[in-house]
Amino acid sequence: MSLAAEQTTANAPLATPHTNVGAPIVRITALRKSYGSNEVLKGIDLDVKRGEVIAIIGKSGSGKSTLLRCINGLEVFQEGSLTVDSKPLIHESAMAMRELRLRVGMIFQSFNLFPHLSVGRNVMLAPQLVKKKETQANTERARQLLDRVGLAEKFDAMPDQLSGGQQQRVAIARALAMDPAVLLCDEITSALDPELVGEVLRVVESLANEGMTLLMVTHEMNFARKVADRVIFMHQGRVHEAGSPEELFGNPQTAELKQFLSSLH
Amino acid sequence: MIEFSLWDIFSNLLLAARWTVALSLVAFIGGGLIGLTLLVLRLTGKPVLVRSINTYTQIFQGTPLLMQLFLLYFGIGLLGIDTSAWVSASIALTLYTSAYLAEIWRGCVESIPRGQWEASKSLAMSFGQLLTHVILPQALKIAVPPTVGFLVQVVKGTALASVVGFVELTKAGGMIANVTFAPLLVYSCVALVYFALCFPISLYARFLERKLHVARR
Repeated sequence: MSLAAEQTTANAPLATPHTNVGAPIVRITALRKSYGSNEVLKGIDLDVKRGEVIAIIGKSGSGKSTLLRCINGLEVFQEGSLTVDSKPLIHESAMAMRELRLRVGMIFQSFNLFPHLSVGRNVMLAPQLVKKKETQANTERARQLLDRVGLAEKFDAMPDQLSGGQQQRVAIARALAMDPAVLLCDEITSALDPELVGEVLRVVESLANEGMTLLMVTHEMNFARKVADRVIFMHQGRVHEAGSPEELFGNPQTAELKQFLSSLH
Repeated sequence: MIEFSLWDIFSNLLLAARWTVALSLVAFIGGGLIGLTLLVLRLTGKPVLVRSINTYTQIFQGTPLLMQLFLLYFGIGLLGIDTSAWVSASIALTLYTSAYLAEIWRGCVESIPRGQWEASKSLAMSFGQLLTHVILPQALKIAVPPTVGFLVQVVKGTALASVVGFVELTKAGGMIANVTFAPLLVYSCVALVYFALCFPISLYARFLERKLHVARR
C-alpha cells in the first residue's frame, strides 16, 4: 500500500508556486465584509506561509466560511486587501480575478461536480478551457490525479454513480488539475457519511505532507490537531485566538474558545 | 351556385395550414434566438440589462398578442415602411415568443444549483466558458419539455395573425366559410387541423417530461 501510494505521488506531482517556501503566499490585510448593515468579517489580518496548513474553526455564523470564500473572490469584501501568490484580488477586473483563481483551488462541502460530465471530463474541463491544455497531456494528467486520489478506474463513470466520498475525491483531483498554489477546503467532510470521511481526509493529509498550502474550515478537530500547523479560532467575525494545535486545543486562553471546545464533546 | 365537396374545403385548409406552420417556425426559431440572447444578457447581471429585459418581457407578457399584432402592423406602417401582413405577423410573433422563452429558460437556469457557478468560477473559467460548458448544457435538459410545450401556444397564437389579413389556417377558414355558407363544418375542419398540429407536439412534450423525470431519479 505504501509503495503504491509513493508511486502515484511521484506520478502526479504538485505544482510549484511562485512564492518561496516559508514566505507568505496568502496575505490578508484589514479585511472587512458586510451583508448590508450586518458586518460578518470585522477586520481580518492573516498571513499564510507557503506550505502551511491552516485549520479555521468556530461556531457557525462566526464568519469562517465567508473568510475562506473571500480568498478566491466568491464573496466580495468592502475593505482591506488580499493577495495570493503575489496576485492581488481586484473584484472589478475579470482578468485579475481569473489570474488569482488560477492560483487558488477550492473544494466545497457539496462537492459541486458537474453532473453532466464524466469523472474524467470533470477533471479535464477547466485545464482544457482555461489553460488550453492539449488533450493528450490533459488526459494523462487527469488519469494520474484520479489515480492519486484512488479513483483511476472511475475515469469514465458519471458523478451520480459515485459515493459521496468518491465524489469529493474527484473534486480534489479536479482542483489539483489546475495546479493551484493554495487549496481552500470548505467543510469538505460535513456532507459525508461518517464511514466515508476517512478516505477524503487521507487524501488531504497526503497533500499537506507534500507541502501544499491548505486553508480548511473544518469540524474535524482530531484531523485539525493532527495535520494543521496553525489553528485559527474565529468568533463574531474576528480571529479570536490563533496558534499551534497543541496550544489551542491543549491550553485555550479565551472563554469563548473554551466554551466552543467543550461544546464539541 | 357552386357546390363544394368536403375534400375541396379540406384541401384548401391544408394548403393554408402551410402558412400556419411557416409562421410558427419563423416565430419559434427567431424567438428562440432572440430569447437566448436576452437570457445571456440577463445572466451577466448588469443592472441596466436586467431591468430593460424585465421590462421587455413584462410588456409582451402583460399585453394581448392581438394588440401586439395591431400595434406592429399599423406602427410599422406609420414609420413609412411599407409592410406586409406576413412580415408584421412574423415580427410580432417572434418578439412575443422571445419574451416567453427568455422567461421560461431563465427559470431553468435558476434551477441549476449555485454550487455549479461557484465551482466553475473557482476553476478560473470565464463567464462565457462556464455558461456554455457547465450551466447551459444542464439547463437545456430541463428546458426541453416546457419549451416544446410552449410551441403549442405559438402554433395556436398564429391564428391571431388572421386579423391583420394574413392568410393562414384561420383566415382561410373564414374565407371558405363565407363562400360555402357552412361555417360550422368549415370551422370544425379548421379546429381539427389545429388539433392535428398541436396534439403530437403536446404528446412529445409530455413524453420528454416523463423521460426527464426518469433520468433524474
